[in-house]
Amino acid sequence: MKRTTWWTAAVAAGALLALVGLRAQAQQGDAVKEIERYREALAEGNPAELWEARGEELWKTKRGPRQVSLEGCDLGKGSGMVKGVYVTLPRYFADVDRVMDLETRLVHCIVTLQGFTAGEATRQVFGDGAKRSDVEAVVAYVAAESKGAVMDVPTGHPREREAYALGERIFFFRGGSHDFSCASCHSAPGKRIRLQDLPNLTDPKDAQRAYTSWPAYRVSQGELRTMQWRLFDCFRQQRFPALEFGSDASIALTMFLARNANGGVFNAPAIKR
Amino acid sequence: MPDPMRIRATIHDDQATVRVLMSHEMETGQRKDAAGTVIPAHFIQSVVATHNGRPVFRAEWGPAVSKNPYLQFQFGGAKVGDKIQITWVDNKGETRTDEVVIR
Amino acid sequence: MTPRRRTRWLVTGAIVAAVVSAAAGGDAQSEPQRTVEIMKKSFKARGQAGLDRLDQDEAQAACSRRPADGPVPVGVAERIAKTSVASVKFPADGRLMGDWREGEKIAQSGIGMQFSDDPGRVAGGNCYACHELSPRELSFGTIGPSLRAFGKIRGSGPEMQRYVYVKVYNSQAFVACSTMPRFGHKDILSVAQITHLVALLLDPASPVNQ
Repeated sequence: MKRTTWWTAAVAAGALLALVGLRAQAQQGDAVKEIERYREALAEGNPAELWEARGEELWKTKRGPRQVSLEGCDLGKGSGMVKGVYVTLPRYFADVDRVMDLETRLVHCIVTLQGFTAGEATRQVFGDGAKRSDVEAVVAYVAAESKGAVMDVPTGHPREREAYALGERIFFFRGGSHDFSCASCHSAPGKRIRLQDLPNLTDPKDAQRAYTSWPAYRVSQGELRTMQWRLFDCFRQQRFPALEFGSDASIALTMFLARNANGGVFNAPAIKR
Repeated sequence: MPDPMRIRATIHDDQATVRVLMSHEMETGQRKDAAGTVIPAHFIQSVVATHNGRPVFRAEWGPAVSKNPYLQFQFGGAKVGDKIQITWVDNKGETRTDEVVIR
Repeated sequence: MTPRRRTRWLVTGAIVAAVVSAAAGGDAQSEPQRTVEIMKKSFKARGQAGLDRLDQDEAQAACSRRPADGPVPVGVAERIAKTSVASVKFPADGRLMGDWREGEKIAQSGIGMQFSDDPGRVAGGNCYACHELSPRELSFGTIGPSLRAFGKIRGSGPEMQRYVYVKVYNSQAFVACSTMPRFGHKDILSVAQITHLVALLLDPASPVNQ
């Protein structure tokens, strides 16, 4: 009798504990599921298409002092080729003897082909409401032309390998007031900051998933954001100074992230919260 | 002039599905800029869709609708090649009309 | 291949390896410096975030290791921990337990040190970004361990108070290269603010311990 009571109590207590655990898990699970549902609902009407349309227009329109379109721009696969170029960038460009990402290469073309000054070309690299960014729009258009393509960033050229190695060092570089590096948040599996899932960028699967979802339309900002913006804003939160658009560090870090995503299927412009 | 809409119209049996993306700030009039001055309200107030010139959808919108809104609706009695026209008008009187053919 | 020839090959191989590693060793010294140089040209001072934020102290430099570099050498780790402990400043009145209500506000606030932040505003600790604390806050991160019932499990005596105070003041005092910021050492939080965080974790009345 005594033994039965003990057992009953133990089983009841165990069941209660299990229930409490389940409840807590269910709460967490529901939150994650709801966020997932929200993301799916968003994806149906991705306003990134508005940027893609404007970018295509900008790409094909004769503009600037020289009144030429960007269709003569060589993004790595020959003049005017946009199909599938985004998944092969950054890469080494012999004409400038430099590794460039898409954003930097576009600015290069806007300056050298259309005749705008570098200042004009980079005056509004990130959109801000009514102050729209032409670079972001063209990036959206060119990136969309790689949808479904497999990431294939080259490291055949010594300068590409050099950029990758530098990018890796920057990824692990701790500094600033908070001792943060990229790796502080992005080098362990299954981590969150508040409720935001963090990709582990040292893991090939996560690196692919993360990189292939940029550029993206950010609902909370109502803007389409590029990889250059993503890095700029990460460093802001890292308490670093302001990352310069198209700087060597920005391209090297992009090289590190893009190359680590090789083999992933490109699926951007995406949509994010 | 406002940016063009992105409209897609598809058909299944005689049911047309229309998907529309509009480029608009949809400013609520409740926000302040960095200097603390109120950003004036600026939002789409009415949306009308016509099917071969006949109205099939009408909406009255307010400042609660998101920036760059997405709209999807369905209606019956359509066929491939029909024309869908969408017009929006905002509270400042700006307007935009775009047209697409059902495929 | 005769045994003698194999030996010679091995010796040659060893010499080549030594030369290569010497070259790599030379690079290993200059590469981090080169990285800082390139970074300094790639960033611009803005707001309160100057380029000096890219000047690494010993701990930051030693903790910037890539996977290929392996773990921090034991001697270096010990020195970092030792100097970190020595850096800690305690409140003048010696009281380490502040007010958990203030601690909760500091744990919730992510303000501080970004170039977009107003430097006139008091910074927070943003603890919830990485840690679970009060059961009332469901929006917590998981980069750091859960701190639920921290004091309830461990007690709140003087030794525990000192441990929490030192950990928040300089996280590397116990584990070199801890991911956590050094809130006191880097002047992110004041001595008084850190005592409020001690109370948030240890005060039996704190929601963390409910």
